[in-house]
Amino acid sequence: MQHVSPVREPLVTGGKTYHDITQDVCRQVEAKPNIRWMAALSVALFFLGIFFYSVYRTLWYGIGEWGLNKTVGWAWDITNFVWWVGIGHAGTLISAVLLLFRQKWRSSINRAAEAMTIFAVICAAMFPVLHMGRPWLAYWVFPFQNTFGSLWVNFNSPLLWDVFAISTYFSVSLVFWYIGLIPDFATIRDRAKGPIAKRAYALLSFGWKGSAKAWSRYETVSLILAGVATPLVLSVHTIVSMDFATSIVPGWHTTIFPPYFVAGAIFSGFAMVLTLMLITRVVFKLEDYITLEHIALMNKIMMITGSIVGVAYITEFFIAWYSQVEFEQYAFINRATGPYWWAYASMMTCNVITPQLVWFRRIRYSIPATFVLSIIVNIGMWFERFVIIVTSLHRDYLPSSWVMFSPTWVDIGIYVGTLGLFFTLFLLFAKFFPVVNMAEVKTILKYGVDNGPTYVGHHSHQVAPVHQPVAPAVPASAPVNYNKHD
Amino acid sequence: MTKRFALGIFDDEDVLLHAIENIRAAGVKIHDVFSPYPVHGIDDALGIERSRLPIAAFFFGLTGLSFALWMQIYMLGFDWPMIIGGKPHIALPAFIPVSFEMTVLFCAHGMVITFFTISKLYPRWKVPVMDVRATDDKFVMAIELKDDASELSRLTQLLRENGASEVNEKEMTQK
Repeated sequence: MQHVSPVREPLVTGGKTYHDITQDVCRQVEAKPNIRWMAALSVALFFLGIFFYSVYRTLWYGIGEWGLNKTVGWAWDITNFVWWVGIGHAGTLISAVLLLFRQKWRSSINRAAEAMTIFAVICAAMFPVLHMGRPWLAYWVFPFQNTFGSLWVNFNSPLLWDVFAISTYFSVSLVFWYIGLIPDFATIRDRAKGPIAKRAYALLSFGWKGSAKAWSRYETVSLILAGVATPLVLSVHTIVSMDFATSIVPGWHTTIFPPYFVAGAIFSGFAMVLTLMLITRVVFKLEDYITLEHIALMNKIMMITGSIVGVAYITEFFIAWYSQVEFEQYAFINRATGPYWWAYASMMTCNVITPQLVWFRRIRYSIPATFVLSIIVNIGMWFERFVIIVTSLHRDYLPSSWVMFSPTWVDIGIYVGTLGLFFTLFLLFAKFFPVVNMAEVKTILKYGVDNGPTYVGHHSHQVAPVHQPVAPAVPASAPVNYNKHD
Repeated sequence: MTKRFALGIFDDEDVLLHAIENIRAAGVKIHDVFSPYPVHGIDDALGIERSRLPIAAFFFGLTGLSFALWMQIYMLGFDWPMIIGGKPHIALPAFIPVSFEMTVLFCAHGMVITFFTISKLYPRWKVPVMDVRATDDKFVMAIELKDDASELSRLTQLLRENGASEVNEKEMTQK
């Protein structure tokens, strides 16, 4: 009596049962670490070593170890900061915004995407903290009293808004992520054989049992967290953009920055989600959960946000000309044709031209093409931040102070080091935590596979027929043609 | 204190929802239902009232907003007024971002702490569960056994009639 809906495509393929989902996701948590994972972790740890050495140089010898000079006082550090924070945005978009829009396909990718958010924000936070020069006094950014050696903080400053935005964003994302993890930790706990694993996951699961009342509250909490995380994620990159937009530096002083930065953040974030998901689905054999359909949908979001970013680039140019401000005009001409033209050209090619390839269905559904594209986009988005920051600063109002910026190996070391930090955290997460939200995927298992709901709600007064011990509903495993348009 | 429960194990959520309704109609009190994922419609079927957490969330948010505004106005307007960029001491538009962030911060964390507290969720070494499959692929309905042995056989029949794939007895020590 199975009926396959002609409109909706199943979100989970391969005819899985609830138990299969548990098995498939728990497999790598319960198995011994394999050689590929160990190899990947070793590489990540090597780069983490570079990070620690570069940080040591920065702290011991000071900011002079970086390539900054009197004119370009902000370069790789803030570029990397904005790049990492931007990457984080896709996780919240998937977990919060798509939840509010009832995009059920998000369920199988939201866990890993949220993990990516948290690790990306950790990496981002390294840069402003290190740039302080004396990170042990980092707590001075919070409103402490005069007796601590400073006045109250300046609440009019976008840099302070950033402190509040990033710390709120980090802690709320972490809590949101953890709430989602609790039922899955309970699943692992109830399957665990070894005494250490059983204790550890019992501790992590907070005593979750899956009772009806707890699930009801859990859903309420998830919905409200999504509701507050949605404006939060938009506010974070808006405030990051205000670090620049509220200044009077030509090239920065533009009102278009908030929406432009938010679109760019989602753009780069989705690229990073794609990079990670394409690897994760193969390594952990999750092809039935993270399907080609997921990849195509994420590609579409990437293409749309990439196009918004492209429009923003052109708008900036138009407004610079239209403003009739000589300095503003020069900043943009210098950006495109000055000594940093190559950075500008890379940005334009990677962010505006290549994502347009996604219009082709064959590319949208191609795994190698998507993988290459996602990496190109992340390179492009790094150049975008570099272009905005360095080209606006290096030729300021006074031609006698015009300089070029070149990074030192410490600059480069900290940047590739944060990549090591990110991948170390992500690999540990992928090994010890469930990479797919099992509980949520179980709710969408029947999506697109309509067994015909038999429950009509308790308001109907008809007496439901006494049920025969019904055969358990079998999800679609039939070789059905799911192409919607036939 | 040790309590005895009859556990009806179900394989499918629709069968479970019908069973809840019929069993409640038969005058049996259901202790709790454990499921691997949130079953939609179970709140109505079990007669669980809508959570008041959203109200709590609103007031936590309001607390955050008030605290942020008080903090900024007190610190920059009264405790140590300074002229910054020629702006007034109490420059409300510049206070919006921090006020917004604090609203979200208080709302999210306040609500989550409330959720953990009322649902009695906290880290512990051992978690006694009714049936370990309730977090995997089974829906477990627990009915408390109060008196004699005939109650269990009566409930077993009722649960079986309503589609339970197996019925077990379980003793739980509760504090």
